[in-house]
Amino acid sequence: MSVLRTLALGTALTVAGFGAAHAQAPASPIFDAVKARGTLVCGVNTGLAGFAQPDSQGVWRGLDVDACRAVAIAMFNDATKVRYVPLTAQQRFTAVQSGEVDMMPRNTTWTFQRDVQLGLDFVGTNFYDGQGFMVKKSLGVNSAKELNGATICVQPGTTTELNLTDYFRANNMRFTAVVIERQEEVNAAFFAGRCDSLTTDVSGLASTRASQGAQANDYVILPEVISKEPLAITVRQGDSKWSDLVRWTFFAMLEAEELGLTAANIDSMANSENPAIRRFLGATGDLGQMLGVDNRWAYNIIKTVGNFGESFERNITPLGLPRGVNNLWTKGGLMYSPPLR
Amino acid sequence: MAISNTERSRRSAQGGGFSLQNEAVRAIFWQVLVLGIVALGIWYLVSNTIANLEARRIATGFGFLGREAGLPIGEAMIAYSPTDSYQRALIVGLLNTLKVAVVGIVLATILGTVIGIARLSKNWLLAKIASAYVEVIRNTPLLLQLFLWYTLLQGLPGPRQAMKLGEGVFLSNRGIKVPWPVWDDLHVWVVGALAAGIVGAWVYTRNANATQARTGKRPPVLLPNLGMMVALPIVVWLALGAPLVWDVPALRGFNFVGGATLTPEFAALTVGLVVYTAAFIAEIVRAGILAVPKGQWEAAQAVGLHNNRILNLVILPQALRVIIPPMTSQYLNVTKNSSLAVAIGYPDIVSVANTTLNQTGQAIEGIAIIMAAYLTVSLSISLFMNWYNKRIALVER
Ligand SMILES: N[C@@H](CCC(=O)N[C@@H](CS)C(=O)NCC(=O)O)C(=O)O
Repeated sequence: MSVLRTLALGTALTVAGFGAAHAQAPASPIFDAVKARGTLVCGVNTGLAGFAQPDSQGVWRGLDVDACRAVAIAMFNDATKVRYVPLTAQQRFTAVQSGEVDMMPRNTTWTFQRDVQLGLDFVGTNFYDGQGFMVKKSLGVNSAKELNGATICVQPGTTTELNLTDYFRANNMRFTAVVIERQEEVNAAFFAGRCDSLTTDVSGLASTRASQGAQANDYVILPEVISKEPLAITVRQGDSKWSDLVRWTFFAMLEAEELGLTAANIDSMANSENPAIRRFLGATGDLGQMLGVDNRWAYNIIKTVGNFGESFERNITPLGLPRGVNNLWTKGGLMYSPPLR
Repeated sequence: MAISNTERSRRSAQGGGFSLQNEAVRAIFWQVLVLGIVALGIWYLVSNTIANLEARRIATGFGFLGREAGLPIGEAMIAYSPTDSYQRALIVGLLNTLKVAVVGIVLATILGTVIGIARLSKNWLLAKIASAYVEVIRNTPLLLQLFLWYTLLQGLPGPRQAMKLGEGVFLSNRGIKVPWPVWDDLHVWVVGALAAGIVGAWVYTRNANATQARTGKRPPVLLPNLGMMVALPIVVWLALGAPLVWDVPALRGFNFVGGATLTPEFAALTVGLVVYTAAFIAEIVRAGILAVPKGQWEAAQAVGLHNNRILNLVILPQALRVIIPPMTSQYLNVTKNSSLAVAIGYPDIVSVANTTLNQTGQAIEGIAIIMAAYLTVSLSISLFMNWYNKRIALVER
């Protein structure tokens, strides 16, 4: 499965003309390809409630999905012009490198090594997270520090598995790992009792726990958060027109929240005298044109998808996760858009 | 020099030599041309890949092998901790692949042979059960079967409710725990005695064969061989003062501590591979036996041999020649199919290499390592089986 993807990457790198890498290439290969194709190909989770998961009608929903929809609106003014490609943690980077997906908001932690060595660009953090542990309540464990000797379920190809070994080493504890690639399988192993604890980003734990329905209360997430996991949107390196678009689309959703613009009220703001709002709506200035898209791109996004806070409330709040550090900087959080001007 | 060269080519041209009309020259010409094109193609692809990797700023080279891996690996046959290098992690993965392949091949051969023979049995029920087995197993995807076995094993009770199968033997959803002897330096002598016994038995058997060929009488083989291979190590061990301490598993905290573990991942993968491959091997064995003409049975019966002896001395040696070549490809299949391990969390070479290439971003190197590993293992199996095939063919009189 992921071997196939890797082979595809190898082939892409092998046969792509020198041109792609050199001067005569189009200045923005991804941007142009997306435009010509008429759909955006978005790499997402294989199914993580709140972030990316198809609903009963097969429509993808979630915070990450909204990031894709927003970019589709910027490009085509149509939130449905997206094809979602579910990726496991193992498959995701090759999918971006080989151009299989145009962008990837997929619970992916922004790390030095990934940024510098993988040929990726991280354009913005859409969820500040950290790694935690979940256990069955009946186990009687109250702290991660009590997990010495435990068997722990974890997904490979993640920062999770690395933090896990670091944490146990730092605390002089031992553990046995059960490493399973697919999320459904690793969760199934945990719920079947193969492992004493499941570890991943706290948001992932909350989502997994919430999907247990009535049994959710049998499980607890331990208080320790053992790492920083800024989950960020990635694109392939080397097309700054494309990374600019994806980055500022995300920032536009933050900026809208800060300006108090929502899907419901944005039409009534048309006559606002606030210069920042006028720029945002495309009434003055040419921000959209600078990005190579419709000047009303930001308006269109908010009108359909809503601002970041609305997306968060729609997708993450039902998991029982507080806004916390993911609030705007003006409300004590870390979410901060540079000025749109 | 130049003159003589021209001279030569002129002369050969006269004789129709250096001309594409000349068959020998033509053959060489085309071969050189094709070789040149292939070499050029490879050069183009390689330099292109390097240029693209550089342009996309994707790291290259095998330097990462020495870096600290930091990967958790659930089970390892050699000492491994996350502070070890990627190289060691990959070796752990390769050994795990070999372990499941060797155990899988041996067990699948035994089970497959039994089922293959059962399918030919005169006992109607037995034959039908065997053929139902073959049809059901052959026609469902292996991955599905692996999930089934793994799910079944996860249905076992947790460690605190583990089933006690015997003194220090526990079965739970963490696997089977068994007591394991603690290594003592004195044990070297016992292992040495065992090795000497095996060599001795081999030499003795050869001599016995020679004696039989010369005199027609076979000296007793079984007892002396057992004596050398079993009694000798035991005597040595007793002479050393019978040094033996058992490491007995005990429930401590979350899990059993001590002893040896057969993990659910290894068990599910092995059982899955064995059950699946045995269905194919059964058919090969059946076909092999059926391939021996009936007249061979009848002739052997006419000489007055028992059925067992006929199977052993007449039928199997001939059937084996039909069986070995397709068997080789089943053995290769076991090895390659073991790469489904990653789905159920067994840390084989593919699982470890995939994680490595993911953590380091060096996909091409990672795939190269996987390919090299499988190529080496597969070629070794093929070579061994070809050698064995030849050996069997020589038995022909
Ligand atoms: N943030 C970590 C972990 C990412 C990850 O794979 N998380 C899991 C659990 S939150 C996930 O998204 N699984 C979904 C899937 O495998 O499709 C990383 O970037 O390495």
